[in-house]
Amino acid sequence: MTAVEDRAGLPSDEPAAPEIGKARRRKEDARLITGKTTWTDNMVLPGMLHLAVVRSPVAHARITHVDVSAVREAPGVIAVYTGQDFAEEQGSLPCAWPVTPDMVNPGHPSIAVDQVNHVGEAVAVIVARTKAAAQDAVELADVDYEPLPVVLDMERAVAEGADLVHDHLESNTSYHFVFDAGEMGTGSDTDQAFADADVVVSRRFVQQRLIPAFMEPRSVVVQPQGDNYTMWSATQIPHILRVMAAMVTGIPEHKLRVVAPDVGGGFGGKLQVNPEEILCLLIARRLGKPVKWTETRSESLMTAHHGRDQIQFVDVAADREGNVKGLRVRLLADMGAYLRLITPGVPALGAFMYPGIYKFPAYRFECDGVFTNKVPTDAYRGAGRPEATFAIERIMDELAVELGMDPLELRRRNWIDAAEFPFTTVAGLAYDSGDYETATQQALELLGYDELRAEQQRRRESNDPVQLGIGFSTFTEMCGLAPSRVLGSLSFGAGGWEHAAIRMLPTGKVEVVTGSTPHGQGHETAWSQLVADSLGVPFEDVEVLHGDTAISSRGLDTYGSRSLVVGGSAVVKAADKVIAKARKIAAHLLEASEDDLDFAGGKFSVRGTPGTGLGIQEIALAIFAAHDYPEGIEPSIDAEATFDPENFSFPHGTHLCAMEVDTETGFVKIRKYACVDDVGTIVNPLIVEGQVHGGLAQGIAQALYEEAVYDDDGNLTTGTFVDYLVPAASDLPHFDTGNTVHAAPGNPIGAKGVGEAGCIASTPAVVNAALDAVRHLGVTDIRMPLTPERVWRALHDGGDGGERATARTNAQAADSTEGPSMTGGAL
Amino acid sequence: MIPAPFSYARPTTVEEALQAIAEGGEDVKVLAGGQSLIPVMRLRLAAPETVVDLGRVDGLRGVRDDGDAIVIGAMTTHSDVLSDPLIAEHAPLIAEATGTVADRQVRHRGTFGGALVHADPAGDLPAVALALDAEFVIVGPGGRRTVPAAEFFVDYLTTAVEEGELLVEVRVPKLAGSWGMRYEKFNRVAQAWSIVAVAAVVRRENGRIAEARVGLTNMGPTPLRARQVEEALAGAEATAEAVAAAAERAAEGTEPSSDLNAQADYRQHLATVLTRRAVTAAAGL
Repeated sequence: MTAVEDRAGLPSDEPAAPEIGKARRRKEDARLITGKTTWTDNMVLPGMLHLAVVRSPVAHARITHVDVSAVREAPGVIAVYTGQDFAEEQGSLPCAWPVTPDMVNPGHPSIAVDQVNHVGEAVAVIVARTKAAAQDAVELADVDYEPLPVVLDMERAVAEGADLVHDHLESNTSYHFVFDAGEMGTGSDTDQAFADADVVVSRRFVQQRLIPAFMEPRSVVVQPQGDNYTMWSATQIPHILRVMAAMVTGIPEHKLRVVAPDVGGGFGGKLQVNPEEILCLLIARRLGKPVKWTETRSESLMTAHHGRDQIQFVDVAADREGNVKGLRVRLLADMGAYLRLITPGVPALGAFMYPGIYKFPAYRFECDGVFTNKVPTDAYRGAGRPEATFAIERIMDELAVELGMDPLELRRRNWIDAAEFPFTTVAGLAYDSGDYETATQQALELLGYDELRAEQQRRRESNDPVQLGIGFSTFTEMCGLAPSRVLGSLSFGAGGWEHAAIRMLPTGKVEVVTGSTPHGQGHETAWSQLVADSLGVPFEDVEVLHGDTAISSRGLDTYGSRSLVVGGSAVVKAADKVIAKARKIAAHLLEASEDDLDFAGGKFSVRGTPGTGLGIQEIALAIFAAHDYPEGIEPSIDAEATFDPENFSFPHGTHLCAMEVDTETGFVKIRKYACVDDVGTIVNPLIVEGQVHGGLAQGIAQALYEEAVYDDDGNLTTGTFVDYLVPAASDLPHFDTGNTVHAAPGNPIGAKGVGEAGCIASTPAVVNAALDAVRHLGVTDIRMPLTPERVWRALHDGGDGGERATARTNAQAADSTEGPSMTGGAL
Repeated sequence: MIPAPFSYARPTTVEEALQAIAEGGEDVKVLAGGQSLIPVMRLRLAAPETVVDLGRVDGLRGVRDDGDAIVIGAMTTHSDVLSDPLIAEHAPLIAEATGTVADRQVRHRGTFGGALVHADPAGDLPAVALALDAEFVIVGPGGRRTVPAAEFFVDYLTTAVEEGELLVEVRVPKLAGSWGMRYEKFNRVAQAWSIVAVAAVVRRENGRIAEARVGLTNMGPTPLRARQVEEALAGAEATAEAVAAAAERAAEGTEPSSDLNAQADYRQHLATVLTRRAVTAAAGL
């Protein structure tokens, strides 16, 4: 009888229930929720100095003069630096994704030297003994600006003779990215498909600019020790940050340790190499003292990268029976003033998802990345895929209207049948597994579809001031980023593998080191469940270590719903290696052949000899002592593994929204929301449901609440949470969620990824529902977010309420076949 | 988000508070619950020389019965207002509107008097005070004076409280007869400020609307009474049609602002819809 079995309270021969599938509460939550943990801003180091950043109040200007003499005299101020002070050593912030060979990247100094290109750009940095002293000195900085014309509107920015964001460049276009299925051999000729089609529907959709709005502000601490540097940062990507910071600053990689302690959310917003991270390193190097920078919420909303901000011109071609024949997408994607870590790649990542779950024979995508005098865009929950899903799910509804078909019937007619998996789409992706019909049926039942349709009819007939609509989103997404070779083919600057290590401690406890750095996802709990099942050890005996490049030496961090799919798989592979090593020890100690050993419930036993056996935790102690182990092997059962997926995984689901629209005020209220997601094998149902709920909140927020608005001078109008409306629980409905499970064939867990599903799927369902409620009243489209005023104006004025949110529907779209480069562009 | 340096006084009586204000220098701000003042100080939109914190002036807290009126101390928190039996009995409109103010955390800190003196056009309580014909008791170096609600709200973020003075309590007359009340608030998310809101107080008598008072939130720089609606309703039959016809006049003479949430014409439209709904509910129709 071992101590482990005593604690588990189980008879030794009765296996514990599997951990995978158990709705465990997250072991990390107590410390995260109470804040009794190492948030970066909680850190206090001896002699630590504090930074405050002087930021540009203008969107576009030459810096003609900077006078910081008054700052230098201010109480508590140790030093103040301007762009000139770092001009020679700051280099450029990195952009890791040159999506085309001729992409134009103007470079991005961490601190502006002679020109500012968006409001909030750093122009000076103050170092003081206290945070308050640094902040007090900010207003003493005297900077003269010579204004330049402000470029904000993408369509104007790409027009002939437009003012330039970067006047040393030829235009405001960074790149022109094309994916043409005909040219790639994954589909037929798109122009021909449109020429032959009975019906063409063209729409212009606006993906408004969003702010990731993570809960914990960004914060950085850098401690120099000799020629070594340790950086703590509230980042999603300590491993990538280390490589990039080393390359930018010239500090050798092995002299730089990066730690992401507990991190309070990111949603892609902390998938970045920030100017302030580089500045902290440069200043710590100069002063030889530890420094800290923590942003204010205002700085965060104004200067942390934003998301979305695309104009989508979408054309769909079909025959009269509703069989889709072709899809054309042309994007204008707002880069903001600079290219950050993966700014240009976000729309390109979406390029492959526009066909959605439908069997399009022809497809062409093109995108212009456009510079404006706004803060750069970059990854935000879904990154390219929500935009694609919105476009396809919205235009399918528009096509259904044009054809007079039920929107669900149109989808059914065109989606991939369960028997057709694996299915290679017109975008060249091999969808792995799924069953759209079953998920849809379940979702319809969860929603109470038939009753709501009947009520909708009653409300229409009685001309009720509150109208009801139902919206569909039958979505899929590509997750598990990413197969390294595929990333290579897309010119991405890194691979997509993930690394894990398992250390068996002498007392039988287990340390799992993961390269996938969590920032709120619950890795510690889910990884513990994986390892408990793989090694047959108690859940409580597993500790998960992460986020410190000195502990977790290899990793590619957390984004793109990759952690469980790729990082979790690495953990399982490492556990397999531990078992393989332990098997040799067990065979030796049990004096049996390896082939005669069974491993179950954490125990090796000799087949046919019940009651004998040796636990893996006992083997850990035996190999620590190392008094008796086989010749020719190392005395260790620790193991590491790197998992590089062969393919993406493709979660899918059906999301249904029932929406009430108050036609008198324009107020929209979600009456009911039901979704059935297939995210593959579910390790922890509680975490999965939490991810779906949070994703839904963010996707619904794009549809109804959130928009980053700039005024004509390029100031962020929505600079506080009074104006940038993030919904709270009180603003959201109850969610009826369900799952189907089709295990992903591409990884040992069978997981597909769930981090982005709700955020990707929900937005079009919500907008489709609102339009379904009021289309019979003459409304054709409403721009996101669906503010009450926009809804009311659409109802009041008809059409799209005067916002240029929509275009036209033609049975024969004459000029949409004129040339691919202007597809929909004249609308 | 660190405020600029300031001096700080924490009196325990009204007299001490007046003295601290008098001695506080050029720019003195009075801190009640701090739910508006602290954010603007942290954003450095306000940088007062002295902050006089009324948090320890116990005499300004609580609600009492004063015969023909109830008297609400200026430092009574929103959450205390919500649970107060006198308010529930005599002025349930105040509790209804207070329940829509921001979120629970804010309501535990924010105060009734602070919200009124701040006089944000989008704040909920000014229009309610106006509709209830509340009276504002102000003390200062010159003594004590009482200002009716109709004269209290002077302009955007400006009240009849002069420099050196303090709002100490608000008298809300008890209403005689059969009164109904309703606060109709329109905002985008639960914790947001009102885009437009309407406070309606209606007395019914013999199947008719004997008297109606309608206060409008965020339809101008100050809260407003919809006098045309009130006149149209006085003596009108208590029917949906009569209420709807009167409510059509809710925006007459208003000049609401335009912002991210609403253009002026949309605000005016909302005022008519919300007035109809508020009066309908207050009249028990």
